[in-house]
Amino acid sequence: MEIPYTAQPRKDTGLYNAKVGIWLFLASEVMLFGGLFSAYILLRVGATPGTWVHGLLNIPIGTFNTAVLITSSVTVVLSWAALKVGNFGRYRFYQAITILCALGFLGIKSFEYREKFSHYEVWLNQPVTVTRGGQEVQTDRLLGHIEYQGHHPAFWSTKTLAEKQVESFKFTPDPIHYKMTPKEMAHARKTAAGRKAEEFEFKAADVKRLSAFVPGHSTYFALYFTLTALHALHVLGGAVVIFYIWGPGAKMWKTDPERYTNRVEVSGLFWHFVDLVWIFLFPVLYLL
Amino acid sequence: MSLKAFHIVFITAASALAFGFGVWSLRAYSSADGLTQDLCFGVGSLAVGLGLLVYERYFLKKTRNVSYL
Repeated sequence: MEIPYTAQPRKDTGLYNAKVGIWLFLASEVMLFGGLFSAYILLRVGATPGTWVHGLLNIPIGTFNTAVLITSSVTVVLSWAALKVGNFGRYRFYQAITILCALGFLGIKSFEYREKFSHYEVWLNQPVTVTRGGQEVQTDRLLGHIEYQGHHPAFWSTKTLAEKQVESFKFTPDPIHYKMTPKEMAHARKTAAGRKAEEFEFKAADVKRLSAFVPGHSTYFALYFTLTALHALHVLGGAVVIFYIWGPGAKMWKTDPERYTNRVEVSGLFWHFVDLVWIFLFPVLYLL
Repeated sequence: MSLKAFHIVFITAASALAFGFGVWSLRAYSSADGLTQDLCFGVGSLAVGLGLLVYERYFLKKTRNVSYL
């Protein structure tokens, strides 16, 4: 039995069935991401002033990844347009770029994650004196990197110090802390540029709490990892589908080119949705 | 909504982001602690925003015969 309306539009909807299906699916996706966005905004607006984590993400990397996704959206459309005029070779070329962009995005994102997992906040029992914005300040909370036995460990916590029986570790603090305003952060970063970073040797007994930038660190990182990991899963899923249609599924082009073109359109619609989510995620998580 | 229509929505959103990011970066540059990097991002982002609008116009022209549905 033949599946109806794979290429020709239904009279009642005016669309082929897969297009109706993908839009219903995307509507559910809007609700999923919409709920998470709402959670982020409400938690941020309701946070006690000075406690919300901000200014810790790498903006140049985020910007580059945004450009990668915008490029991939353009190549998805160009590949679909190439099929519309019957140019299969050009379709393959553009879709290969799309797949490369998807892999590039995921690679860069994993690099970003790795950097966060080896970046720490330490809460101390006694305040120490550090230089921030050219001034010496007393603080019991520092952001920075750990060095232990010549390594920069990831995923350490207060518990790890006890489990590994760590007596002391080196800590290189950042010139900033998220309690500072964006203006103070910019000043502190500029003042610290080119200067040798300070270094501390902390005893495990001096540490009240230690946490890497993992979901358990704060509400911000919990939401950051939930939103970006969910988005990355969508990128991976989209890339797998696009690859299947591009590779093993391409034989349909010979038997049913119209249906094949519709498949490419449907995967392109999903891809555009994934990219549009990032267009909202980037400013919310990286800039605001 | 066809891929054509969604692409137009996406490119409009992307160019809005590029302009917004450009202004954000230039404001950061014009502050007392602005960095050259902020200026580069600002100018680059505004140029990308403009480029996306030009591309959108070209795309609309090229796909005149493709349905929005």
